[in-house]
Amino acid sequence: MSLISVHKLSKQYEATEVVRGLDLTIQPGECFGLLGPNGAGKTTTLKMLLGLVSPSSGDIRIGTYRIPEQARLARQTIGVMPQMDNLDPDFTVTENLRTYGRYFGLNLDQLNARIPGLLELTGLTSKADSQIPTLSGGMKRRLTLARALINDPELIVLDEPTTGLDPQARHAIWSGLRRLIQQGKTILLTTHFMEEAERLCDRLAIIDHGQLIATGTPRDLIASEVEPQVTEIYGETVTQWAEQHAGSCCDRHELSDETLYCYTHDSSSLLTILQNQTALRYLQRPSNLEDVFLKLTGRELRD
Amino acid sequence: MKYFTPPQLSLRFLPIWQRHFLVWKKLAIPNMLGNLADPIFYMLGFGYGIGSLMPHIGGVSYLSFLSAGSLCYSTMNSASFETLYSGFSRMHVQKTWEAIMNTPLTLDDILLSELFWGATKSLLSGVAILIVIWGLGLEHDWALSLWAIPVAFLIGLTFSAMGLVMNAISPGYEFFMYYFTLVITPMVLLGGVFFPTERMPATFQFVAACLPLTHALQLVRPLIMGHIPHDMGRHILIMLVWGASSFWLATGLTRRRLLH
Repeated sequence: MSLISVHKLSKQYEATEVVRGLDLTIQPGECFGLLGPNGAGKTTTLKMLLGLVSPSSGDIRIGTYRIPEQARLARQTIGVMPQMDNLDPDFTVTENLRTYGRYFGLNLDQLNARIPGLLELTGLTSKADSQIPTLSGGMKRRLTLARALINDPELIVLDEPTTGLDPQARHAIWSGLRRLIQQGKTILLTTHFMEEAERLCDRLAIIDHGQLIATGTPRDLIASEVEPQVTEIYGETVTQWAEQHAGSCCDRHELSDETLYCYTHDSSSLLTILQNQTALRYLQRPSNLEDVFLKLTGRELRD
Repeated sequence: MKYFTPPQLSLRFLPIWQRHFLVWKKLAIPNMLGNLADPIFYMLGFGYGIGSLMPHIGGVSYLSFLSAGSLCYSTMNSASFETLYSGFSRMHVQKTWEAIMNTPLTLDDILLSELFWGATKSLLSGVAILIVIWGLGLEHDWALSLWAIPVAFLIGLTFSAMGLVMNAISPGYEFFMYYFTLVITPMVLLGGVFFPTERMPATFQFVAACLPLTHALQLVRPLIMGHIPHDMGRHILIMLVWGASSFWLATGLTRRRLLH
């Protein structure tokens, strides 16, 4: 049985429909990524799953709980890592975890037994008694992750867990998440880092304008949505060159600013031509999730 | 209007109240001193200063008269500052409420915790002022003056609930200034903190009779002066009506703000 099932979920604010007929199923033990540009409806969807925003229509079920009616009971089994840090700045690391644990009805003995393991998992053991303002951004994120695990949740919901972190801090979060996946936890995360989704997620859904536009494993999405090879070509004369050659050399191409993205099944003939073009520089790489994402959601800036 | 269904009252708010208490405890001594200094200076300054120019009011010194006013004034302020400035920080700036809403607790639990925490702060200020009153020997009957403690808590509940209404509609800290200048200050001047309401024109007296602070004073002042308040039930009831209806309104407005 699926752990999360969402059927025909919609949310309307006055004239704007933020989520439009979304269907999702997430299996226990799965790491599921919800991808989409800013304003695609990711955070609203998460809030509806947690019962914090009521849907305009549609059904949500988490485990055996109906949402939003039984959201309180469902949240007892869910750990949430929000997009923005909202740790208690007046408390130490341990006090933050204790206070949060009490919201789940845990007593001090249970909490004292649980907290060292969580600090260890998130690499914060040496910071147990530190004040929050003395922690780095990455440490705060890790503490927020530890806090999300205080109730030993079956489902962990992460809203952009690594936004704003440096690469080291991001890798630390990823390694923590991988350990949780190995423990069999179900993870639902939103992100707009394609690398994050590709590394962590078993399956993903790309949503835009509140609608599901693609779903599958990262590998299947890449195989089904885009050609396997990408050649990125740049240089002052790229626009001219594209007009003459892109149609014949590329299976599909996109010109964005000064860069031509040339998608091919076999790039060998293209590369031969490019070798003689001294005014152009190019980069050859296998296609990835970002190519899928940009193809499906477009290259225009979202605000 | 689905947001304005009655508030759900549950003891689930206790761990949140405990959180507020633990934060307060970290800075308990400066907090208490800050709370106390202002009303004590007012009481002593005005009490001795203006008091020396005035005859006795209703048979007691102006300082005695003012002490009951100070108790009400500072308990009201404790609850108001707590639910306005500190509550707004927790809701809007630190996002403490948001963190709590991701747990099995609800927004209604959070509001109830704010209501009781504000009232707890009032209780603490009330007790502190009462200790000063005892220290200066201003009370007429020690045992009777103890009843000012539950009244301080009731004042706290009423003004916390009113503060939460403001909190629910506030775009920022600046907004609270309106509440203090347009609601709190007139209430203080009309309600009998500094001078007896009976000396004012009839219209003012009528307005004063509608305001919760006036009724708080009509409970606290007799208790300090050593007699049982007249019409006790009516005063308590009016404060409860202000408190309960404000809390209901605050819950609806806050749900509309945060759960849409």
